[in-house]
Amino acid sequence: MPTVSVSAEISSLIEPILQRHAWRADRLVQILREVQEAVDFISDETAAHLAEALKIPYAQVHSTRDFYAFFYRENRGRYRVLFSDNITDRMAGNQALFEHMAKRLKLEPGKVSDDGLVSIDYCSCTGMCDQGPAILVNNRAITRMTLRRVDEICDLIRGQVPLDKWPAEFFRVDDNIRRADMLLGTPHEPGKAVRAAIARGRDGMLAEMKLSNLRGRGGAGFTTAVKWEACRNATAAPRYIVCNADEGEPGTFKDRVLLQSYAGRVFEGMVIAAYTVGASHGFLYLRGEYLYLLQPLEAYLAGMRAAGLLGRDIGGVAGFDFDIEIHLGAGAYVCGEETALIESLEGKAGRPRVRPPFPVTSGYMGKPTVVNNVETLCKVTEIALHGGTWYEAIGTKQSTGTKILSVAGDCARPGLYEYAFGVRIAQVLEDCGAQDAIAVQVSGASGVCLSEREFGRRIAFEDVPTAGSFMIFGKQRDLFEVARNFAHFFAHESCGFCTPCRVGTVLMKEIMDKIADGRGTQYEMNELLRLQQVLKPGSHCGLGQTAGNAVADTVQKFRPAYERRLAETDFVPAFDLDAALSRARELAGRDDAAAHLGEEA
Amino acid sequence: MNAPMNPRKLRVTTTSLSGCFGCHMSFLDIDERLLELAALVEFDRSPITDIKHCSQHCDLALVEGGVCNAENVHVLRELRANSKILVAFGACAVNGGLPAQRNHLDVGKCLSQVYRTPDGSATAIPDDPELPLLLDKVYPVNEVVRVDYFLPGCPPSADTIWKFLTDLLTGRTPRIEHPLLKFD
Ligand SMILES: Cc1cc2nc3c(=O)[nH]c(=O)nc-3n(C[C@H](O)[C@H](O)[C@H](O)COP(=O)(O)O)c2cc1C
Ligand code: SF4
Ligand code: SF4
Ligand code: FES
Repeated sequence: MPTVSVSAEISSLIEPILQRHAWRADRLVQILREVQEAVDFISDETAAHLAEALKIPYAQVHSTRDFYAFFYRENRGRYRVLFSDNITDRMAGNQALFEHMAKRLKLEPGKVSDDGLVSIDYCSCTGMCDQGPAILVNNRAITRMTLRRVDEICDLIRGQVPLDKWPAEFFRVDDNIRRADMLLGTPHEPGKAVRAAIARGRDGMLAEMKLSNLRGRGGAGFTTAVKWEACRNATAAPRYIVCNADEGEPGTFKDRVLLQSYAGRVFEGMVIAAYTVGASHGFLYLRGEYLYLLQPLEAYLAGMRAAGLLGRDIGGVAGFDFDIEIHLGAGAYVCGEETALIESLEGKAGRPRVRPPFPVTSGYMGKPTVVNNVETLCKVTEIALHGGTWYEAIGTKQSTGTKILSVAGDCARPGLYEYAFGVRIAQVLEDCGAQDAIAVQVSGASGVCLSEREFGRRIAFEDVPTAGSFMIFGKQRDLFEVARNFAHFFAHESCGFCTPCRVGTVLMKEIMDKIADGRGTQYEMNELLRLQQVLKPGSHCGLGQTAGNAVADTVQKFRPAYERRLAETDFVPAFDLDAALSRARELAGRDDAAAHLGEEA
Repeated sequence: MNAPMNPRKLRVTTTSLSGCFGCHMSFLDIDERLLELAALVEFDRSPITDIKHCSQHCDLALVEGGVCNAENVHVLRELRANSKILVAFGACAVNGGLPAQRNHLDVGKCLSQVYRTPDGSATAIPDDPELPLLLDKVYPVNEVVRVDYFLPGCPPSADTIWKFLTDLLTGRTPRIEHPLLKFD
């Protein structure tokens, strides 16, 4: 543990943060985020200072800091630029923009400039896929990047212009709602849904939820009423409602729009959930990439408190006390997994817990907790207003209601499309103007890759389930590169807790790179599928279990995209053997035949 | 009527690249089962026979140790080119093992440290072409040639080796499970 103490200046910047969080160690993630915002990075000395102030081991602060991609141990500059690097950003040319900025600022990826002013790097999908390429500057999203915008940003950084003084246009985030149905197309009357739920009573509301057959929109599709009832029946108290707004699945951005323009529905959904299960406290877990939403959402919550929709005796129901607090994530996809999310809420590294016990009986602080997706909670308000039977009639038998798709990639009109469940892939493609699609990746990197012959399939839990991501690939695209991008994503995002995923995702990434390099053979093709057979059943959480899907799908459906890269021989090493001898050759001053290695035996 | 089993003995080649010979010693630890094995296999190039190069095409190659220098590469390629099945035999072959500890260091620094005069005033790295040059890192066998089976353990126990070989010899897909499967 470093013994050097922090400067008086840093200490004075940190003190108010600690005070605001009442020196609570379970706020560590939030504290780290605010400390970084105040002092740019969290050095070992700062970490030691925090450990002492919070009365926790230094190792705990250290390991929590190092877990999250957006926390920095070393100085990354006063301007920290991250380029979103999802496949759709790639398709929109983010690499050329990155290189342009690196050249103009004379920077190497991940390294801070000599004057300590700025650094640039890549990051996972930032949820701006319909208006990319996107970047983050100190976690503030900037959309629609162009070479010109890169130049302007370089000038602003060189001129040390504070971020709040940058042109507002840079930070504009559009909703891009292209097809609105019952959720996106219905005006919201604040408080009406909460009053309707209260009028139905706790049992009545739960009964409507059961009738509605609403299933979770976060990916797993679990029946919401079952989850709520289990939490309600749990004996421990207090109970908690958590809204999962981590939205880390590459290509998904619907929760961002819901929070930006439909926040009332999200929060009222949480209030109704709290009323039904008897919870007293709520959290919105907002991904760090959506920092720009924090202030408007806080303001919205303040408005709800003023209107009596949060706080004490809500809706005039004596003893119905409930409030909502916003926690921010810090660049970890796995924190979308509900138990990892709860760990993060408790101030720890986001490593998925062993289940059971499930959060409904043992969640936040070991207490009964409902975790629901943003969109799921919006749907709750519709059920409160119109009843379960009405709701159940929309969609398909096992997938009731509507679903919002985040459409991005090769199409004329990217954005949000809301449909009743059961819509065919081909219909979506037609509506968004994707004439020559050869593939669609549904439900993100962890989802399924559909080829043309499957465009007749339907979006529904019975057929093609989805958390919302819908990435389209036109005929000029190379599906091998798509799968390789996803392989890199998973290797980067694996939390490292279990070996199949920690090692398997890296091996998969390396094999994909080897094939990209022209050094792959049939042997690697077999290895990819073998790895998938270990990842899927052997991983602890959904991340590892799904990490090989895109590779396995594309090997099966777009095999020629792999095969044309394969070497014809039996096997090729992953690296240049002769180059690996060069250092020793040079030191020994040799250049004879035995001092070289050819490619072949 | 069933034809009699092909009486041809399987040809086996073995080598220790950058290993400590511990895996070979463990192999010899199968003790009296060596007699049983001798009835089924014939050794080609191997430290056991002192044959210097593969004399015929082999059925099975057991490779101990990782790949640390140019000579290791040549030996490994010879075994691969002359065998139907190649096994990464032991921890060093599977992932570099103990010698791969040097992968954290720059090979140039290693060499200049090792070949320094006692008073540290000069270095004299030998340039004799007889001496194989070091690779920048110690590589696991599967990064240099195709590997068919991995047998972990440092070393794999005699019983593990026996199970593996008897599985192979009888045509079963080798399955090493607890308690035979060990990584240390
Ligand atoms: C790696 C991983 C990432 C996830 N990310 C999210 C996410 O960003 N948002 C979300 O709502 N659910 C996510 N989930 C699913 C959650 O674990 C959980 O099932 C969901 O929030 C429950 O809400 P729902 O029933 O309303 O869908 C993720 C799951 C895994 C395994
Ligand atoms: S599967 Fe991956 S992300 Fe999930 S717990 Fe294991 S290592 Fe972590
Ligand atoms: S695996 Fe162990 S016993 Fe075998 S060569 Fe390596 S160090 Fe020696
Ligand atoms: S943010 Fe760029 S594709 Fe998701």
